[in-house]
Amino acid sequence: MAKMTKDQVEHLARLASLSLTQDEVEKYSTQLSAVLEYVEALSELNTKAVEPTHQSSGLENLLRSDEINAEQILSQEHALREAKETHNGYFKVPPVLLKDQ
Amino acid sequence: MKLPLTISKVQEGLKSGDYSCVDLVDMHLGRIRAVDHKLNAFITVTDNYAYDLAKKHDNTIANDKKAFENFPLLGVITSLKDVYLTEGIETTAGSNVLRGYAPQYSSTVVKKLEAAGAIIIGKTNLDAWAHGASGENSDFGSTKNPWHLDMVPGGSSSGSAVSVAAQMATISMGTDTGGSVRLPASFCGVTGFKSTYGTVSRYGVVSMASSLDSMGHFTHTVDDAEKVFNIIKGTDSLDSTLSDRSTSLKKSYKIGLAKEYFEKGIDVQILQSIEEVRDLFEGDGIEFVDVSLPHTKYGISAYYIIMPAEVSSNLGRYDGVRYGAGRDALGEEAKRRIMMGTHVLSSGYAEKYYLKAQKIRTLIREDFDSVFTKVDAVIGPVSPTPAFQLGERVEDPIEMYLADILTVNANLAGLPAISIPSGFTSSGLPVSYQLIGPHYSENILFSLGKLYQEKTSFHTKTPTI
Repeated sequence: MAKMTKDQVEHLARLASLSLTQDEVEKYSTQLSAVLEYVEALSELNTKAVEPTHQSSGLENLLRSDEINAEQILSQEHALREAKETHNGYFKVPPVLLKDQ
Repeated sequence: MKLPLTISKVQEGLKSGDYSCVDLVDMHLGRIRAVDHKLNAFITVTDNYAYDLAKKHDNTIANDKKAFENFPLLGVITSLKDVYLTEGIETTAGSNVLRGYAPQYSSTVVKKLEAAGAIIIGKTNLDAWAHGASGENSDFGSTKNPWHLDMVPGGSSSGSAVSVAAQMATISMGTDTGGSVRLPASFCGVTGFKSTYGTVSRYGVVSMASSLDSMGHFTHTVDDAEKVFNIIKGTDSLDSTLSDRSTSLKKSYKIGLAKEYFEKGIDVQILQSIEEVRDLFEGDGIEFVDVSLPHTKYGISAYYIIMPAEVSSNLGRYDGVRYGAGRDALGEEAKRRIMMGTHVLSSGYAEKYYLKAQKIRTLIREDFDSVFTKVDAVIGPVSPTPAFQLGERVEDPIEMYLADILTVNANLAGLPAISIPSGFTSSGLPVSYQLIGPHYSENILFSLGKLYQEKTSFHTKTPTI
């Protein structure tokens, strides 16, 4: 039976950049195990010969000319308007790698 | 004065001078002030903006003899689920992450509605990020059902459904990824329409699950659903999944009764109502044919793999750098779906879950393809039960997910569908049925729905609140 252990929940949270409390880890472990158990029903169908469906529009390779549409471009000022921190006209992002790591 | 329910009634009154666009805004804002503290349908009311548009339109009516031809939605008070970006007007997606966010551009649908003369009166409440079937999962508080304040309005487009049902707006835009228009429409007794995937632009609408998200809307009548669809549909250079295909009307129709939509667990009053719908259609010469959609029961499992996979990817962009707050502001259900999605896409599990679910999606699509060689539409309940109690399902995600059991398959297959009011339970809660058609068969669904509403009056009933 499919189970989601607390270690797995913590691992997934790290991958998805979520910080969870211990209570949340416990709760999600129980709830996600239940969901995985529910979807286990799919394994009773033999799908070896079935092609997967990624989308339903039936369209393929829609092309457009590689031209800049000036109406679609936000000005730098406009683009930065909602950012909490900017620097010299750029978005300021938190560090990913630190010196002593 | 009695508020007009439909687009044609709104415009008759404007033409005859019974009221102006400004009067219409007054009346609807009055209604919002009178009832929305009980219902919590709106996150933002755009009163000044609405008055500006109304004054402009009153001017157009006075000066342009062809005003109503040029602007088919002239004076129509419109609310928007708060996932439709509106330039300069706060757009929250019902989440603390976007509280205070004022988008730099508007969605294509909003631009098309405004170009047709619609007046935006506000942004409506929803389950955060459109994740939910009850309307309770909003960081701005639950929306209440106007027919019974202890009941949920259905989600995720909860505030949109309620704004139309309680006459705070004439029409409202929602989104339907797994039933999020049809379900609240059925719980609130209004008409709810979901377009074929790829007919209405998704540009500028906060993404949930990109291969499933369909634009949809709430109106009192099917006739209005068609009018709104005709304005918002069509290709858009900003959404490359769109096409302009459509279907021609026919002289006679067949409706399929899929036995899998009537299995155990469906409320008897809902079943009874659909029997009456059938009698009425048959009286009009429409033939009912027994059909089978054998993979129906696997839909909810496939949906709760594919949807969170796409959600985890789409919500990855919310890091608090370019706009909005950081990931600590994400709520409980969003985090649950992100983790589920991350799991089913991760190495070692992607084949077992994600690929498997995509194959099931093929089987579900093929079921419909096969049935639509025999019939023009399939009829079924929208939900196994009428509106349920607030709080009843919040602690049990699976119970909550099962509310979508009859709606998700149309999304997995990308099909159009419409939820139409067909009565009330003994306790006065609305009951609806849905028609699901082949890709691009909106015309036929509208035609059947209009036929039904010509013979019935459930869609004209409004809650006393």
